[in-house]
Amino acid sequence: MAIVVKIPTQLRAATDGAASTSVDGGTVGEVLDALYEQFGELRERIADGGGLRRFVNVYIGGEDIRFLEGLDTPVADGDEVTILPAVAGG
Amino acid sequence: MPPESLTCKECKTIYPLDASYVCERCFGPLEVAYAPREGLDPAELRRQIQAGPHSIWRYRDFLPLEGPPPRDTLPAGWTPLLRADRLAARLGLREVWIKNDAANPTHSFKDRVVAVALARAKELGFQTIACASTGNLANAVAAHAAAAGLESYVFIPADLEEQKILATGVYGTTIIAVKGNYDDVNRLCTEVSGDRPWAFTNINMRPYYAEGSKTIAYEIAEQLGWQVPDRLVVPIGSGSLFTKIARGFEEWIDVGLVDGTVPTMNGAQATGCAPVATAFAQGHDVCRPVKPDTIAKSIAIGNPADGPYALELARRTGGGIDAVTDDEIRAGIRLLAETTGIFTETAGGATTAALAKLAERGDIDADERVVAIITGEGLKTLDVVRGTFDTVEIEPSFDAFEASVTAASTAHPVAA
Repeated sequence: MAIVVKIPTQLRAATDGAASTSVDGGTVGEVLDALYEQFGELRERIADGGGLRRFVNVYIGGEDIRFLEGLDTPVADGDEVTILPAVAGG
Repeated sequence: MPPESLTCKECKTIYPLDASYVCERCFGPLEVAYAPREGLDPAELRRQIQAGPHSIWRYRDFLPLEGPPPRDTLPAGWTPLLRADRLAARLGLREVWIKNDAANPTHSFKDRVVAVALARAKELGFQTIACASTGNLANAVAAHAAAAGLESYVFIPADLEEQKILATGVYGTTIIAVKGNYDDVNRLCTEVSGDRPWAFTNINMRPYYAEGSKTIAYEIAEQLGWQVPDRLVVPIGSGSLFTKIARGFEEWIDVGLVDGTVPTMNGAQATGCAPVATAFAQGHDVCRPVKPDTIAKSIAIGNPADGPYALELARRTGGGIDAVTDDEIRAGIRLLAETTGIFTETAGGATTAALAKLAERGDIDADERVVAIITGEGLKTLDVVRGTFDTVEIEPSFDAFEASVTAASTAHPVAA
């Protein structure tokens, strides 16, 4: 299933400048694993063990995955996954 | 003591003083680091500060500008610190002070942070400033942009209080009302900021913006005669204000401008949006995001960026973070108004209610000097006090007046 992943500007050095990419996966976790396959450097930037670093936010269609099922949240063909820094605002 | 770099708060990686806010290595927040301040003469520094303008720029040596402060700026800061003996008596406390930041140009503490962010944005050559706001920040960005002749865009939740929208639009800004809550607005702006050459005060300019909050600590210390209070009560939205006030005291203790230790830090959240208070109560060191549902919209941030640091600070100083209900917030607004003559918005109601809660629990020692930070103006959230009191409506005749208003409430002072 093709899932579009949007890459924030701060991570584009690790994606050869790509602002988005398309990967396969049935859950957010699988999508991220496929993303790390494609761009190896991303793993050390945003992953923390099996989870995510504490200042990384991941959204599906604008909804924070922590309001869904986290990395186990299912994704469907055409869904858009957005990675953003958590340190903005307020 | 010029700013030296941006430094990642987590992994300490160093970056130039650009419009950036995230560590590319670990995604942690960037902070302004200054040249070392050792060896300064505190007496001389005190004299320089006292000779400075009656605004945040009297503390320019502690703010992140490379050049002198701009002249075309609204004079943010230098707000009154008032001793609130009647409030203290009502709460059974000895010494309570109110830092009234409603007395800023756009009536909230956001003028401090915006003044700094905008000044730095101009140094970096930006023509346009923007923000993601719960209202007060929108007011401040629109006004300061107007004063400086910059273009501005403010993004707000579409359901914001009408007073805050009106008081923003009047400055000739572009208001973008987003159909969602503040966290949706913030997410959108985080995306937009990667794409537009704009200075988003609380996103790509956040390291500079946040520094502005330290000036509240500097003012309190100076207004108390170069002393540090024992305890502070501060509202928590993102946690940036809370943590930067403590940083301000820390810096002044380090350079010897004041003696003592960082005050006990108490935070106030609304029960309807209390991710930091909840994490504090449960002993967690990160906050689980929530969907806000409270009248205290100015602090209704469900995904607080500085939550982990606010938790660490409250624990380190022996303080805490309390959540208060919407009814307690209304009562807090009323209590402050009735005992001090200061009419605050909902965030100030939350702060006053949290102070009352601390007093009631006996958490505040008899000899403590407590300062409550009142961050904004009651006229911006008028709806929440509607229906909380009665008016006496009468025909325009003396008889009607006599019949309606009891003698006790009209007793003449000379007869007493």
